[in-house]
Amino acid sequence: MKVLAFVRSLNWSARIGLGIIVFFGFCAAFAPWLAPYGESEIVGDVWEPIGGEFLFGTDIIGRDLLSRLIFGARNTIVLALLTTACSFTLGALMGFLAATMGGWVDQVLSRIVDIIISVPTLICALIVVSAVGTSFFVLATVIGIIYAMPVYRIARAVAMDVEVMDYVEAARLRGEGLWWIMKREILPNTMTPLAAEFGLRYCFVFLLISGLSFLGLGLQPPLADWGAMVRSNSEGIAWGYLHPLIPAACIALLTIGINLLVDSLVHKASGLRDDH
Amino acid sequence: MSNSLFLMIAKRIGLGFFTLLAISLLITVGVEALSGDICTAILGQMASEETVAACHARLDLDRPVMVRYVEWLVNFVQGDMGRSMANDRTVMELVSARIGNTLYLAAFSSMVAIPLGIALGVVAALYRNTGFDRGISVTTLSTISVPDFFVAYILMALFAVKFSIFPAISNVAGSMGFWERAYVSALPVLTLTLISIAHLMRMTRASIVNLLASPYIEMAKLKGIKPGRVIVKHALPNAWAPIIQVVILNIAFMVVGVVIIEVVFVYPGLGALMVDSVQLRNMPVVQATAMIFASAYVLLNLLADVLAILANPRLRHRR
Amino acid sequence: MTDQLLEMNDVLIEADIDGHWKPIVNHLSMTLKRGEIIGLIGESGAGKSTFGLCALGYTKPGCRIASGSIKLDGVELVGQPESALRKIRGNKVAYVAQSAAASFNPAHTLLEQFSEAPVQHGKMKTSEAAVRGRELYRQLDLPEPDTIGERYPHQVSGGQLQRAMTAMALGSNPDIIIFDEPTTALDVTTQIEVLSAIKEAVKARNVAGIYITHDLAVVAQMADRIMVLRYGDLIEEGNAREMLANPREDYTRRLLAVRNLREHKIHGDGINVLLEVKEVTARYPGTKIDVLQDISVKVEKGKTVAVVGESGSGKSTLARVITGLLPPSAGQVIFKGESLPASLKEKSKENLRSIQMIYQMADVAMNPRQRIREIIGRPLEFYLGKTGDENEARVHELLKQIEIPDHYIDRFPAQLSGGEKQRICIARALAAEPELIICDEVTSALDQLVAEGILDLLQNLQNELNISYLFITHDLATVKAIADDIVVMYQGGIVEQGPKQQILDPPYEDYTELLLSSVPEMDPDWMDGLVERRRRGEAPTAETLRQR
Repeated sequence: MKVLAFVRSLNWSARIGLGIIVFFGFCAAFAPWLAPYGESEIVGDVWEPIGGEFLFGTDIIGRDLLSRLIFGARNTIVLALLTTACSFTLGALMGFLAATMGGWVDQVLSRIVDIIISVPTLICALIVVSAVGTSFFVLATVIGIIYAMPVYRIARAVAMDVEVMDYVEAARLRGEGLWWIMKREILPNTMTPLAAEFGLRYCFVFLLISGLSFLGLGLQPPLADWGAMVRSNSEGIAWGYLHPLIPAACIALLTIGINLLVDSLVHKASGLRDDH
Repeated sequence: MSNSLFLMIAKRIGLGFFTLLAISLLITVGVEALSGDICTAILGQMASEETVAACHARLDLDRPVMVRYVEWLVNFVQGDMGRSMANDRTVMELVSARIGNTLYLAAFSSMVAIPLGIALGVVAALYRNTGFDRGISVTTLSTISVPDFFVAYILMALFAVKFSIFPAISNVAGSMGFWERAYVSALPVLTLTLISIAHLMRMTRASIVNLLASPYIEMAKLKGIKPGRVIVKHALPNAWAPIIQVVILNIAFMVVGVVIIEVVFVYPGLGALMVDSVQLRNMPVVQATAMIFASAYVLLNLLADVLAILANPRLRHRR
Repeated sequence: MTDQLLEMNDVLIEADIDGHWKPIVNHLSMTLKRGEIIGLIGESGAGKSTFGLCALGYTKPGCRIASGSIKLDGVELVGQPESALRKIRGNKVAYVAQSAAASFNPAHTLLEQFSEAPVQHGKMKTSEAAVRGRELYRQLDLPEPDTIGERYPHQVSGGQLQRAMTAMALGSNPDIIIFDEPTTALDVTTQIEVLSAIKEAVKARNVAGIYITHDLAVVAQMADRIMVLRYGDLIEEGNAREMLANPREDYTRRLLAVRNLREHKIHGDGINVLLEVKEVTARYPGTKIDVLQDISVKVEKGKTVAVVGESGSGKSTLARVITGLLPPSAGQVIFKGESLPASLKEKSKENLRSIQMIYQMADVAMNPRQRIREIIGRPLEFYLGKTGDENEARVHELLKQIEIPDHYIDRFPAQLSGGEKQRICIARALAAEPELIICDEVTSALDQLVAEGILDLLQNLQNELNISYLFITHDLATVKAIADDIVVMYQGGIVEQGPKQQILDPPYEDYTELLLSSVPEMDPDWMDGLVERRRRGEAPTAETLRQR
């Protein structure tokens, strides 16, 4: 019932966003049962038309595009989720530490983050991938660390806002330990902005992974992955086949969905009104 | 210019250069530490010690890493970026053939995107919560949340395949005249421009809306000042700092945004070169191009900060 | 032409609260004659600012004038297009905002902003406006009136800015000026200077005024007529002198009531000293200025010591030193005969338990994500090891002690009123069973009547539990009401200290006299009299003290 009440409290754009997320999540979770064919099974001729025997046609070597999209949802969404979780655990922990301890801890952490963050993320990812190669685990770790940097900044900033509150000073004066203050005073009061940030960061991570895959530096075939599917089928565009646009559209749809939801949640949480 | 202002800017510039140094260290030493021993990778675990040593000597890996780093840096600053591992051309040769193309792409897009994006942002902020504002907000939100290559391919499918107006492949060459070059690179420019406009517009709108909420804007209205004058005299002088930031951050964004767009349109720029080299694990080229991209990004951010300091009336006129 | 300059009739203003229009000014009417000043007074949420602003035909964003009529010089404002209202704003009706620092545009000089309204409304040329600006700056007692206009807003002090804003409002010779709490953010000694300058300038020009404030004593000095508002309704209206002398409504009487003097205790013998601050000097890390210089203060068992001073006097820093948040660079803090460790980290649980603190802003002193049960229960568990039913029972006891209903235990702070929140903070401090409570401006953020209740509660608790208070405040009325001993601080040093009677009765120390004499009194002639005495050199001014 709580879920229903939550959905009711959303405006129409947020509901659309939520619908898109739930839909893709469902596809990812039940991929093997939903997909009509196997992940890398060749089922027909190349470039079978969209809307014919195969709903989304077949790709450049004759695999069912719909099945690959469904499996791709699983690979791409889960990888991005793991990566974002990784970056949040690391980034938020560092950010809270810097905010609560202050002093040299804050100084050192902030300077390191300043430097890493001043290299554009895609360039940073390209350098590391060129050095260590691509695998599911490496990608999650590398991108997780890169994105922990902006998360650190946000987490530190929101924790600082809480940190200056008198109730944190009151807890310090009571003699509470560092861990207690982080867990009981700071974390509960930073959950809302951090949750919104999680949504946004997930989009960025998702786009970066898709971008890397698109450049041929992400998950390697025959694993289906939306970004890689765009790339491997991109030749079709020149022949007038729109097949590669379908996985690209899926990426776009999911990120727009998340953005719509996060946007309205942030608006609601801050009670922000634009009408000055 | 007052002394403390000068000091503040000097400090910021110093920090910028320190950052560049740290990045160069990461790009060279860090990458080497991450990638493990190249020679064992090339020759296999079974290779004898002598062959590995010979390989080290050939690739100049037998000296201490810090010595090689300093050497690399000194050479880099002097324009010597080493030799490509794929073919025996110097990296400088490869880079200089392409850097112009990338700059052309970024500059051309900036000239269209910056005035248009800021104008749209200001208009949306002034007419906020109208149909125009909502429409443009949804459009830009969609544009920035889709992958760059999606925009690129849609434009390609539309203008190159369906209507055959522009070429799908933008293989510009140095021998081309202005119009031919513009024609050939039309699609990448258009893609980059669309994406930049979306970013610029959203950031401009946000900073203007923020500004219009200030008590001094309310005060100006209560003094009976006409809306046009409120914007020009009261909002704009305080909006320069955020707008300059927006513009430069956007150029910085373009520097990176070109990578994927260049790959889509097979545009012979620095980004495509970097991606090719990463695939071939051609480290000297990767390092050089990464250093160039990172430097451009850091220097632009530095410029944005310095201009923001200069544009802030509270800092310009000290007590 | 009527003799009424402004006639507001049956004005209903509504605000958009979660998509519903709710009335915040409830069918109020007001008339204003030329040269008359009317005071709008009320506590927060009274609708006084909203009502005052609508004389400009203006409402804050998210509000609207739903019905009623506003006639300026016989011309109806309600329903006029913005372009017509613009011709009135800053021209016939001008506005002085509460926060001058935020209301001046940081990008332009004071004089540029001064000239804007008269020039834009076509009343004078830029050069004429500059002459007029300098003239008004001189009249409002601004320093260096000929050149101060070339400065930027952040280059002058708060009190000066507020005067510059009054000059700006007078610039285009308006018929009416709306003053929205113009002195609330200022220190008490600055407030009187600004008030008298404003009054003189306004009276000299026969300008009518709407003066909005929560402080009845301030309005007594300024207004000819007073309207008392509460929750958007009119409580009482009448001639200022008559109302102050003879209020009809109970609510007005309560607002008017001078702080009840609490029982007077015999001064202690100096033997039973609980806390002693001994020759403490302190500065913030990374700065070079001692914010406290050689401070010594004693607090006796069961007594209240009030530390009084203006902003920047160092009174809050003193609290930080005692709690250990700011270790002193010299001197020591002695508690029950033993020297306390300087920094928070070295203090024992017992040290921490026996000195508790209550803050100014109860809003931010409680974790908004914790229920009252946890807020009060945590110190019980942390210091006294009380858990489970024992903890719960004690929380109920404490709630009873601070006169808060039992069922509040499951509420979050946001579900409480300002006064109730402060009571919970008191309960949290009491839970630790402390011997000393530091009260940092605990009543300054509260409306007057609520503050009264909190002071009563604190006094009762002291009588019952024999707790000592160190009361940090800028408000002399509070000091008079609750202190046994008084410490007067100025710029990081102690001006004088001693028993309440000794400090508050003549002969005075100069700064203490300045402070005491600057506190507005209900007597409408008080300010004029004081200004006259200061002019004759019979009373100290901030200027003479600064020169010393």
